[in-house]
Amino acid sequence: MEPRLLLIHYLREVVGLTGPHIGCETSLCGACTVELDGQAVKSCTMFAVQADGAKLVTIEGLAADGKLHKMQEAFWNEHGLQCGFCTPGMIIASKQILDRNPNPTEEEIRHGIEGNICRCTGYQHIVNAVRAAAKAAGA
Amino acid sequence: MATITKPETLLGKRIRRREDPRLITGTATYVDDIKMPGMYYAAILRSPHAAANIRSLNVQPALARKGVLTVFTGKDTEHAGSVPCGAALPGLRVPHHHLLALDRVYFVGHPLAVVVATDRYIARDAAELIEVDYDVLSAVADPEKALAAGAPAVHPQWPDNTAFTFHQEGGEVDKAFAEADVIVKQRITSQRLIPMAMETRGVVADWRAAERALTLYTSTQAPHLVRTLVAQVLGLEDNRLRVVAPEVGGGFGSKIDTYAEEILMAFVAMKIRKPVKWIGSRREDFLCTIHGRGHVDYYELAARRDGEITAIKLKIIQDLGAFLSLLTPAIPTLSVLMMPGLYRTKNIRADVVGAFTNCMATDAYRGAGRPEATHGIERMVDILAAELKMDPAEVRLKNFIHNEEFPFPTATGLVYDSGDYAAPLRKAMDMVDYGKFRQEQARARQEGKLLGIGMSTYGEICAFGPSPATPAGGWESSQVKVEPSGKVTVATGISPHGQGEETTFAQITADELGIGLDDVIVVHGDTSLVPYGIGTFGSRSTAVGGTALYFALQELKTKLKKWGVTLLESEDVTLADGRCTCNKSGKSVSFQEIAFAAYRAMKVPAGAEPGLVSTYFWEPPNFTFPFGAHIVVTEIDRDTGEVFIRRYVAIDDCGKILNPLIVDGQVHGGVAQGIGQALWEQAVYDDNGQLITGELMDYAVAKAPMMPWIESGHTVTPSPVNPLGVKGVGEAGTIGASPAVVNSVVDALSHLGVRHIDMPLTPEKIWNLVSAGGGK
Repeated sequence: MEPRLLLIHYLREVVGLTGPHIGCETSLCGACTVELDGQAVKSCTMFAVQADGAKLVTIEGLAADGKLHKMQEAFWNEHGLQCGFCTPGMIIASKQILDRNPNPTEEEIRHGIEGNICRCTGYQHIVNAVRAAAKAAGA
Repeated sequence: MATITKPETLLGKRIRRREDPRLITGTATYVDDIKMPGMYYAAILRSPHAAANIRSLNVQPALARKGVLTVFTGKDTEHAGSVPCGAALPGLRVPHHHLLALDRVYFVGHPLAVVVATDRYIARDAAELIEVDYDVLSAVADPEKALAAGAPAVHPQWPDNTAFTFHQEGGEVDKAFAEADVIVKQRITSQRLIPMAMETRGVVADWRAAERALTLYTSTQAPHLVRTLVAQVLGLEDNRLRVVAPEVGGGFGSKIDTYAEEILMAFVAMKIRKPVKWIGSRREDFLCTIHGRGHVDYYELAARRDGEITAIKLKIIQDLGAFLSLLTPAIPTLSVLMMPGLYRTKNIRADVVGAFTNCMATDAYRGAGRPEATHGIERMVDILAAELKMDPAEVRLKNFIHNEEFPFPTATGLVYDSGDYAAPLRKAMDMVDYGKFRQEQARARQEGKLLGIGMSTYGEICAFGPSPATPAGGWESSQVKVEPSGKVTVATGISPHGQGEETTFAQITADELGIGLDDVIVVHGDTSLVPYGIGTFGSRSTAVGGTALYFALQELKTKLKKWGVTLLESEDVTLADGRCTCNKSGKSVSFQEIAFAAYRAMKVPAGAEPGLVSTYFWEPPNFTFPFGAHIVVTEIDRDTGEVFIRRYVAIDDCGKILNPLIVDGQVHGGVAQGIGQALWEQAVYDDNGQLITGELMDYAVAKAPMMPWIESGHTVTPSPVNPLGVKGVGEAGTIGASPAVVNSVVDALSHLGVRHIDMPLTPEKIWNLVSAGGGK
């Protein structure tokens, strides 16, 4: 493997997981966010070799047995997306909010997705989605 | 045949989107997700200078790099046509825009060469190996400086840097100004913005020489326009050119244009006879995707002492950039059309000067000319109110067009379709408890707090539009295909990329045909699948595309009824709830039975043909004119100059609402971009024409914690222009937001003598103003 191959290019081009997207290549937009050993990370500023041996989960891995993850379901129900380009990263980042705090306030939700830009929604329906997912999980 | 007859109307229901399952599972296909056997990758070498002559260009070091197939330069593409500008104005100077620079560059990011390689890393590496010897020239990046005597000429053949002038006048302006009790004047800017769709532009081109067939996958809002224009520029046969807009990650107007890169990739694929992909980096996208706004406006308002506005004068200096993109010169003319806002005055005079600068072209960005006009008139109304010591709401209510005056012909040549302009304002004032807020504000000021309230009552021109009034035809198309099973495929000429028409159009279809939502699919964005269409922009998709669908469905229903008559052997039938029923015998046939019969065709009804397909091209008789009122409460931190939005109330009237969930989403997103312009965003070029906000690090796109909670509501005034009664909502939030925010902040600082502040209202700007008025 080319040492400088970025993790996002490895996922998209080598493994064929095109769910995570490339929005800026500078860690600023969060469209490439994936889960690495349980932590949401931006895969555009990490080399693939740095992820050697790690457990990676992309948006494609969230649904289990044909059933959507609660966060995916909540984004759908609450219209938490429009063009959908930021969505795979946004859902991974949102999932992490609830992993850390099952009942976040609006402020905590907004802080939790600060590293993920959405240009379509104004974030309001995303906030609603995270709240709905928290509620669905019994918070 | 699991179709259940639908018991009630789907229109107006909060239905979650049908496009979402693929988007939330990461299985949608955007351009960069497309991979083809033997595909090459392209990287583009771009100018680091805003103005320079090219002394020499040496591509040999790039060609020598392992993995590089070839390099194309301006000499290779010299004989292709110009990157297209589709707007026409009398006397317009249109510079020839080569696909690749020939001997001179005109803006930072101007493409010089295309490197084609086996991998995107190699392509980018090799582009950096190309040696260019530049003779750097003076540049001009500010439109007012460009028009000043002695400014560097952007195009040497036009030393005055003027692309066009445009004048429009109505009524008796000079008389109104001569008789005015009060005249207020203000210079107001609407700064350059970067549209910043999350997905950068990108193209995959695939050429099949044996068929002379080219397929372009491109991130666009208008695939048919791309097809027509790419075919024209390269001299291709348009019936052998297929353009596909796959999943598109946002556009906001910036992907209406046909860009150099789309034409270039078509050119490259035909030369190398292999598929080729180019995906813009974020920096390329900031440099080389159109920008929005870029106005300097000089306003004068004449009024009577009682607050009645009697005339408006406006001079617009439009920063065009170096080249004219698809609609560049048309955008400020939209500002002129919208300059009276919601107000009755028939005396208007507008003069536009389009200035060339050594920058990226400006063009349609969410609102396109209308946010600029609304910002201007809504600021001026507040300035007038301050001058007359009247409440801004009172001045607005005094000047609104009255309900009985619709359809209302404006001095700018439009006919406003319908309106009840006071209703959203009163509703918004009730929601914020306007009277009580003023008391609270008075108390807060005594405590030294800076609290403000501001409003905008905006109108917009939507549903573009009657073809004679548009550069490329303003109609829209729709095709409804009933399959033998009774399942329905809708093909639409619009090209949604987040607006949700796969859902709303299915709602319209299911409603009209009396079938289930799940029996309908909506396809779009592929010139080989859908009839010729214009695309998605200008809040037109539902108002024009949805109406084309509505009429296609009426035609289809006529056909269904003919088949029903034949099958039931009765002339007296009713089509309702997914069945055709004989009114005498009560016998009926289902929609599915009719569909099957139409393809089986045992007995074709008189005047009908086998099959069940209807296609409709709808030409709108007028634009639609949504309106609304936004009220914003702000608080300013004296110590930092930071603006905090305490309340944001948005009451929009977009006519009938087909899906409130989607409409709310459109309003929120629009407001976010309007607040972004008001408070944070600005594309800054320095005096040398360097874009110094060239990355997300420097260009302040709103993040979640920066955005307030938006309290949205609606009034509903149906449009008489289309049978759905819809007006359009894509741009409303953006148009209403920026003046409401700025008016609120100016209100917070008004007791310090502040009368106007130009956007963006950065903490530095506000802190300086507060400090200058300090101690008061």
